[in-house]
Amino acid sequence: MNRQAQAVVLLLLGGAVIRASLTDLYLNYVKEGLRPFLIAAGLLLVVAAVMTLWYELRPAAPSPAPADPAGPDDHADHGHGHHEPRVGWLLILPVLGLLLVAPPALGSYAAGQAGTALSSQQRPSDYPPLPDGDPVQVSVLDYASRALFDKGASIGDRRVRLTGFITAGPNGQPILARMVLSCCAADGRPVKLGMTGDVPGGLADDTWVEVTGRYSDRIARDPVNDAEIPYLDVESWRQVPAPKRQYE
Amino acid sequence: MVSGQTDHPVPAGEPERREPAAGAIGVATPDVREEGPAPVDGDGPRRRLGDRVGSVEVLAGLLILLIVFREPLARALSAPRLQTWTTVFVSVMVQAVPFLVFGVLLSAVIAVFVPRSFWARALPRHPALAVPVASAAGVVLPGCECGSVPIAGSLIRRGVTPAAALAFLLAAPAINPIVLTATAVAFPNNPEMVLGRGVASLIVAMTMGWLWLRLGRADWIRLPRRPELDDNSRGRAFWAAVRHDVTHAGGFLVLGAMAAASINVLVPERWLQTLADNPVLSVLALAVLAVLLSICSEADAFVAASLSQFSLTSRLVFLVVGPMVDLKLISMQTGVFGRRFAFRFAPATFAVAVAVAVATGAVLL
Repeated sequence: MNRQAQAVVLLLLGGAVIRASLTDLYLNYVKEGLRPFLIAAGLLLVVAAVMTLWYELRPAAPSPAPADPAGPDDHADHGHGHHEPRVGWLLILPVLGLLLVAPPALGSYAAGQAGTALSSQQRPSDYPPLPDGDPVQVSVLDYASRALFDKGASIGDRRVRLTGFITAGPNGQPILARMVLSCCAADGRPVKLGMTGDVPGGLADDTWVEVTGRYSDRIARDPVNDAEIPYLDVESWRQVPAPKRQYE
Repeated sequence: MVSGQTDHPVPAGEPERREPAAGAIGVATPDVREEGPAPVDGDGPRRRLGDRVGSVEVLAGLLILLIVFREPLARALSAPRLQTWTTVFVSVMVQAVPFLVFGVLLSAVIAVFVPRSFWARALPRHPALAVPVASAAGVVLPGCECGSVPIAGSLIRRGVTPAAALAFLLAAPAINPIVLTATAVAFPNNPEMVLGRGVASLIVAMTMGWLWLRLGRADWIRLPRRPELDDNSRGRAFWAAVRHDVTHAGGFLVLGAMAAASINVLVPERWLQTLADNPVLSVLALAVLAVLLSICSEADAFVAASLSQFSLTSRLVFLVVGPMVDLKLISMQTGVFGRRFAFRFAPATFAVAVAVAVATGAVLL
């Protein structure tokens, strides 16, 4: 891969990163907080590409150092560099992934592969009261940790509303899941929630639903990592479009 | 891949690096040599072909093909397993790009703008003392492993003793404020994990530095020849270094990301469940998992926290090994330092990291 081709690849990579961070595409892969760094890195890649092309395509170096006859300023060889890295060709793959394929956020397949992320390890000592509202909007992670570690005490008999996607549970029953990220999708882990009562039925995996219900003290075990899965007693549900931020 | 490009034969009389060897800064062993000129045999015909079809043309053709076949390609990738693979691959790359770019910028600054004499003043003259200083410097610099490989390469190029540069390479991603804070957040009930991680990683970094002084051979490290770094125009040298390091280290990062995505999709977590009950197997399992998963050091604490079926000691091993040895790092180290180095350094670091982490776990946890 010669230097001009490298410059083109850098330009594409920088452009793809900038495009992904200006649209909401990047939210499928990383946390929101990375956005300014992504934009800065993308711009730097573009600048590096432009500077490379500038030095490559300029007619001749103003002062080709005579003391350095075999140096790279020797523009007769114009880009036919020494040991130009061939492995750089691989950088086309992430460009392709971002610009052409743009894979979706992790969904039910990944949720089925991994055990539920809640473990007694992350138990905070006490939970603040739920915010106002009836039903009150809570995250799947928040509900699941209150239900498991607080035995539902801070939920009481309030009605809660949560949004998640449908995936197949251990015994084939649909369960509600949401992926949690700490850095990027490589460390994405599911939070799983069993449902009783008016369980959403007949929905394909990865369908997003909004369920309203109350605390249930039923608990199941995730066969993947033997962790506890709390339940929600569903009163009503409706199908919703996938949210912009699919991770919690 | 088909690059249609060959290495330009360089006259053997290439002048040595211009800087008067401002000294072997803390260097006990002979200076690390850069690779010599590439062999020129068989260059003729390939060269002529390379002149007619250059990389740019190949690249353009490839991109046109990809755009034309976009639809079938997207359909082929829509199977859930492949789709998850693609998502994980792309997200590892997106996550790593800022760290890679900023690390490369810093390494280019070191390679082009920081004079050799600076390192002579900044580091103790004796290599055995330079090692702990470099490890401590790693603690202060918040970096990711993807960025620290090119930085360590630049440090060696600028005459820093490899032992110190390698200690920095290991310490920088493993123990810095961001990583330790993330660990504290992930283990709210076990603050001793933060201490254990910091202490164990620091010990491993210094041990590996000193081990390199005792056993390391300078000719294991083969830094690729980089004549452009000696360019008269600092601006051109700087951007050439950035361009080269991003394509080079970035290419190896792609290899590592592909491996990590494959492991993520192919190894179901329930396999681990069966290993968790045996204390010895659980340590080995999480050590190997840390190598295979190649998670960014700022995120691995959360993954370790979720592996709740494993003992705290085995999870400490996961946290100590991960930032120092993983597929992504081995791949990048092979690219930057050469195969002979990476295939010795990575297993040695792995063994030292596991041993130190288990010992730390026995004392602290």
